[in-house]
Amino acid sequence: MNAHRHSSDTVVEVEHLVTHYGERKILDGINLRIRQGEIMAIMGGSGAGKSTLLRHILGLSPPTRGAIRLLGREMTGLRSKELYAIRRKIGVAFQGGALLTSMTVGENVALPLREHTRLDRSTIRIMTRLKLEMVNLSRAENLMPAQLSGGMLKRAALARAIIMDPAVLFFDEPSSGLDPISAVELDEMILRLKQAMNMTIVVVTHELQSVLTIADRITILGGGRIIMTGTVDEVRNSRDEYIRLLLDRKPRTDTESGESYLRRLTDGP
Amino acid sequence: MSGGLEKTGHHYFSLIEAVGRMGLFLLQCLFRAATPPVKLYPVVQQIHFIGARSSWVVVTAGLFTGMVVALQFYDTLVRFGSVDLLGSAVALSLIRELGPVITALMVTGRAGSAICAEIGIMRISEQIDALECMGIDPYRFFLTPKLLAGLVAVPVLTILFDLAGLVGGWFVGVVLFGVGEGTYVQGLRGGIEWNDVAMGLVKSIVFGGLIVWFCAAKGYFLHYERAGAFGPEGVSRVTTNAVVLSSVSVLFADYLIGSLML
Repeated sequence: MNAHRHSSDTVVEVEHLVTHYGERKILDGINLRIRQGEIMAIMGGSGAGKSTLLRHILGLSPPTRGAIRLLGREMTGLRSKELYAIRRKIGVAFQGGALLTSMTVGENVALPLREHTRLDRSTIRIMTRLKLEMVNLSRAENLMPAQLSGGMLKRAALARAIIMDPAVLFFDEPSSGLDPISAVELDEMILRLKQAMNMTIVVVTHELQSVLTIADRITILGGGRIIMTGTVDEVRNSRDEYIRLLLDRKPRTDTESGESYLRRLTDGP
Repeated sequence: MSGGLEKTGHHYFSLIEAVGRMGLFLLQCLFRAATPPVKLYPVVQQIHFIGARSSWVVVTAGLFTGMVVALQFYDTLVRFGSVDLLGSAVALSLIRELGPVITALMVTGRAGSAICAEIGIMRISEQIDALECMGIDPYRFFLTPKLLAGLVAVPVLTILFDLAGLVGGWFVGVVLFGVGEGTYVQGLRGGIEWNDVAMGLVKSIVFGGLIVWFCAAKGYFLHYERAGAFGPEGVSRVTTNAVVLSSVSVLFADYLIGSLML
C-alpha cells in the first residue's frame, strides 16, 4: 500500500545514474526522487553536473548506466515516438530561452499547441495571450526573440513551457544573468505557477537566494555525486563542509602537497 | 609510435561513426517524407528560401556562363567552318553539364552554407533540444522540408540557369558575332535529345539532395564534432566543411551520373 502510494507520487525517479562525457565521468551513482506537486531545486557549483543531470532526465542524452523514470515511464531505450509522447506532458524552460529565432514570441509560445492539438487559430491565439499575460509579456507577442532582454527571454521560454499545462516543469537556471528585481519576479512567478496549477517544478540553479525562497526540497550536487537531498531547513542546518561553503559563500580551501603540485605542473592534467 | 597508431585508429573510428550518422540522417528524412503527416507549407517556405532567393544569382551566373561558352565554341568552330553547330554545342554543354553543376555550386555557396550555419546555431543555442523537449520531431518539423525543397528547387534553378545561358549564347553568337538567328535556334532544336534533358534533370535532383543532406546534417551533428567545436568557431568550421563536402560530392556525382547515362 505504502509502496504503491510512493510510486504514484513520484514523477521523476533516477536510480544509480552514471554518465560520462568522453572518458570523463560526470555523474557517479545518482539516486533521486521528485514528488508530485513539489518544487525541487537541484543545486551545486559550476561543473557539478546539474545541467547534465537535467539533460539525462529529459532523455536528451543517454546514460552510461542506471535508470531514469519520468512520469512512470522508463526513459532509456524508448522509441522516439514514445519519447515524444512523454515529452508532451512536460515543459522545459532552457537557460538562454532557446526560442526559435525565425519566429515571433507569440509564434514560439503557440508552437506546441499548433503542433500537438487541433485547436483553431483564434483559440490558440487566446491561449497564447493568456500565458504571455501570466509572465507579464503581453506586449511582446509580435516581437522577435532578438528584440528581447535576457529576463524577457526567460519569461517567454517559461510561457512556452507552460502552454500545454504540463505535469512537470523543468527550469534551467531561471535567475542566472538577471538583475535582482527580475530574478525575484521570476521566483514569484514560479511560486504562483505551483499554487495555481499544482505543477511539479524542477529548478536547476546555483542561485542560493532563489533556492531558499522557492524550493520545497533541495538536492545538492558536488563532484558528480549527490551530497544531500532535504528540505530547505535540513539543508540550512547541514554540517557538511561543501554545503556550508555553498551556503556561506566561502571559497574552497583545498590543500595540496607541494610534490603533487609540482607533478601537475610538469606532467600536465 | 603507439600514440600515433592510437590516434590513427581513433580518427578512423570517428570517421566511420560520422559516415554512419550521415547515412542515418538521410534515412530518417526519407522515412518522414514517405510517412504522413507531411506538411506542405514548410516545404514551400524552404523552396522560397533555397529557390526564389537564389534565382537572381543563378540567372546572372547562367547568362555569363552561356556567353563565355558561346565565345569559346565560336572561336573553335569558326576554325573548322562549323559555326552552324554553335547552338547545339552551347545547348548541350549547358543542359548536360554546366547547368546542373554550376547551379549546384551556386546553391551550395548561397543556400547550403546558410542552411548549415542556421542549423548549427540552432544546435548550440539549444533550439533543437527545445524542440525535442516540446515533443516536436526536428526531422519532421524542419529537416525533411529542407531536403524536399532541395529536390524541387535545384532542378527549377537549373532550368533557369540553362534558359539564361541559352540567351547569353544567343547574344554572343547572334548579336555580337553575326551567326544567323535561324542557324542558332535550329542548332538548339536539332542538337538536343530527350536523353540530354533527362541527364540534366537527374543530375540536378541528385545535386539538390546531396547539398541539403550534407549541409543540414553537418549543422545538425555539430555537437559531435571534435572537442572545442561547440560554439561560434564550431559553426564556422562545420559550415566550411559542409560547403567543401557538398561541392566535392556534386563533382563526383556529376562524373558518376554522366558515366552511367552516356
